[in-house]
Amino acid sequence: MGSKVTAILVWVSTLILYPSMAAAERTDGILSTVNLPAAGSQIATEMYDLHMYVLYICVVIFIGVFGTMLYSVIVHRKSKGFKAANFHHSTTVEIIWTIIPFFILFGMAFPATQTIIDMKDTSTPDITIKATGYQWQWGYDYLQGEGEGIKFLSKISTPREQIRNEAPKGENYLREVDNNVVVPVGKKVRMLLTSNDVIHAWSVQQLGVKQDAIPGFIRDAWFKADKPGIYKGVCSELCGKEHAFMPIVVEVLAQEEYSKWVAGQKQESAEPAVDVNKEFTMDELKATGEKVYAGNCAACHQANGKGISGTFPGLDGSKIAVGPKADHIKMVLNGKAGSAMAAFKHLSDVDIAAVVTYERNAWGNTTGDLVPRQKLKHSEIKAFRN
Amino acid sequence: MAAVHHPDNELGHEHEHHGPPAGIMRWLTTTNHKDIGTLYLWFSFAMFLTGGVMALTIRSELFQPGLQIVEPEFFNQLTTLHGLVMVFGAIMPAFVGFANWQIPMMIGAPDMAFARMNNWSFWLLPPAALLLISSFFVPGGAAAGGWTLYPPLSIQMGMGMDMTIFAIHILGASSIMGSINIVTTILNMRAPGMTMMKMPLFVWTWLITAYLLLAVMPVLAGAVTMLLTDRQFGTNFFNAAGGGDPVMFQHIFWFFGHPEVYIMILPAFGIVSQIIPTFARKKLFGYSSMVYATSSIAILSFVVWAHHMFTVGMPVTAQLFFMYATMLIAIPTGVKVFNWTATMWRGSMTFEAPMLFSIGFIFLFTIGGFSGIVLAIVPVDIVLQETYYVIAHFHYVLVSGSLFGLFAGTYYWLPKWTGNMYDEGLAKTHFWCSMIFFNITFFVQHFLGLAGMPRRVPDYALQFADFNMISSIGAFGFGFSQLIFLYCIIKCIRGGPKATDEVWEGADTLEFTDLPSPAPYHSFETPPKVK
Repeated sequence: MGSKVTAILVWVSTLILYPSMAAAERTDGILSTVNLPAAGSQIATEMYDLHMYVLYICVVIFIGVFGTMLYSVIVHRKSKGFKAANFHHSTTVEIIWTIIPFFILFGMAFPATQTIIDMKDTSTPDITIKATGYQWQWGYDYLQGEGEGIKFLSKISTPREQIRNEAPKGENYLREVDNNVVVPVGKKVRMLLTSNDVIHAWSVQQLGVKQDAIPGFIRDAWFKADKPGIYKGVCSELCGKEHAFMPIVVEVLAQEEYSKWVAGQKQESAEPAVDVNKEFTMDELKATGEKVYAGNCAACHQANGKGISGTFPGLDGSKIAVGPKADHIKMVLNGKAGSAMAAFKHLSDVDIAAVVTYERNAWGNTTGDLVPRQKLKHSEIKAFRN
Repeated sequence: MAAVHHPDNELGHEHEHHGPPAGIMRWLTTTNHKDIGTLYLWFSFAMFLTGGVMALTIRSELFQPGLQIVEPEFFNQLTTLHGLVMVFGAIMPAFVGFANWQIPMMIGAPDMAFARMNNWSFWLLPPAALLLISSFFVPGGAAAGGWTLYPPLSIQMGMGMDMTIFAIHILGASSIMGSINIVTTILNMRAPGMTMMKMPLFVWTWLITAYLLLAVMPVLAGAVTMLLTDRQFGTNFFNAAGGGDPVMFQHIFWFFGHPEVYIMILPAFGIVSQIIPTFARKKLFGYSSMVYATSSIAILSFVVWAHHMFTVGMPVTAQLFFMYATMLIAIPTGVKVFNWTATMWRGSMTFEAPMLFSIGFIFLFTIGGFSGIVLAIVPVDIVLQETYYVIAHFHYVLVSGSLFGLFAGTYYWLPKWTGNMYDEGLAKTHFWCSMIFFNITFFVQHFLGLAGMPRRVPDYALQFADFNMISSIGAFGFGFSQLIFLYCIIKCIRGGPKATDEVWEGADTLEFTDLPSPAPYHSFETPPKVK
């Protein structure tokens, strides 16, 4: 039976060592691999401390109960000639061990209650940002406060080759996006969460936020970052095949730098990205379209347009992609209800025009259709947007 | 199989007709609780291996970062079906198998109350399992929205989802019939003198479990039916655009789902409560408080469901209510652990395989209980929800809880069922391999979850690579350890040292005190006297 005792000792010591290991990690400032990462906001600090507090209580009870059991297992065994006692109940003892846990639980619930009340107080924010979940990227709209009016999409920037093991994996593998959510330090940021298709969850552990994004509803959460830096998160609700590949990156800047960032964004949106009077050529549209396709469509329909048999239809030679143009545009804009084909209304007119043109003229598709018949502002897409 | 020999056989007594027909017809037409119990147990073991293969495929993909073995959509199908197969195909039918074998023998009844319905409730299972497994091969593949089937994601699935829904309907019907049978048997067929408060604890826990099943299986059926009409008939129960609410599904699902968790653990509590006193050679400490604790857990299980949904954005009062209610469950669960410890205290213990698995159960289930307390604290749950911490938590209560309970019960009663002793060396090897590999697999997942690795992902950031590799190695070890179990069972069925009628020195329930080993095909045709 020596092996049993050894095994129990190993587990007990692991449990004792674990909190101290975890505590040591926290001061390093490096991302922990065994405990919650260092907190980056007041709420996250409270969460971190609550977890350690509850964990320590559990470890103490664990040692008490299993210390007793271990002693019993070692001593009260037949092989040592131990004769069984005859007791089988004691009302006093049973009442005591019903009541004591009640007080321990009360001691855990009390600080937790205070944190919950703080956590739910989303009033008087300095900045309000709406995050919309799409399959599979995030859209951000700055609704109120400094930066109001800024909007952009944010999707994973890790190259497919790294995921497919065709290239070495970078340091920020799966934790990098093309456009970070930028916020100022020390300001209360209220996040409004919703979704365009299925349920997603916007989660940044170090800022103490995790909130489901539910289609048709708006939910909120808030954070106030303690210091500048990069805070990473992931979509935390299964949202389909690319669920693992829609990270969140929050970039916290000092106030002046944030103002600079806002100014830069405003300037960019003031210059029209595309000249609406421009007449696009087929090649231009196809080049843009290929990029849009790679970012939004290729996950399901595949880069070669063949789709995945039985799951995602191919576009190469499909009825939609070589049929009437209007149906094709409508499909891209509105998606197909009851299927994984989401609506892509959030893409710009140029992007929609480009991707439809690309799909109609790539692989074996040779419709020769150029989507904006005339100049973009009168294009067909505007008409279908209702 | 030869007819059972009663002492009055030479008189050509009509009991001769009770012998089972030979071959496959015996199993198709049987109404014997022991045969049906055997069918349930083999079925659940087959499903356990099926779900296990899915788990090992998942762990192979997660062995290293990057996509290597399966595509993400197939990965999601695997996680979904692994959950459904293990919950509805392995754990639940296994406990019903134990109920069938043991409840009539433990209360001194000749068979289950509704013997023909008993046959039907088993034979519903194979078609349901076939629907579930074959959904992998239809266009679009199996359901891939997670075993919780949350809409709108589950609305997007192909016909695999409809097959899953029908499978759940059939499995639910089977469970409901099984429960009605168990409740009726326990309430009406106890031997004279066996009052409710004299029933073995395994019978008590199953009585309470059966009531839970009756209460919640129809709720699940309702939820998946609404899903089906949303998918096929244009209703909008869960579609916000049509005035519905996707979160309503989660409320309904978890109103089923939380009692379901206790459905899978209470019978294991019962098994362990039979085994610990036997091997401590001492009466169970606090029998009546065990009964009350089990009932309290069952009642509380109906008011804690939303702790699975702390991140959907509930009002603060709802979060507080569900946090407090959830924490309360620790009290009756704690009482049980204290009672088991007190039963062992100053006993005269030996450590055969059933006792080892029972102690392993208490030890690891308690770790799962503690991580449950951690998760009940809303602010901590916010950081841990939908991470590997949750995976670690529920595998500690379901694998080292329910499954270890099932292993313990199998070794405990196998000599009574077969008349042969199992190979103790093999069984102990099975225990130690399971114990060690289980912890290698799942203990490190606590770390992964704390560090932020989300669940249900086929790929992960590089910081999680080491623990995932350890976990995958452990998973393969755990998976292959179960072949020792299979070998040990087959060896025991085929032969071995004869078991005594009492089997275990300290056993005091009717199947050990009043029946020979192996238990005859028909037992207790005249009820025993219970003191």
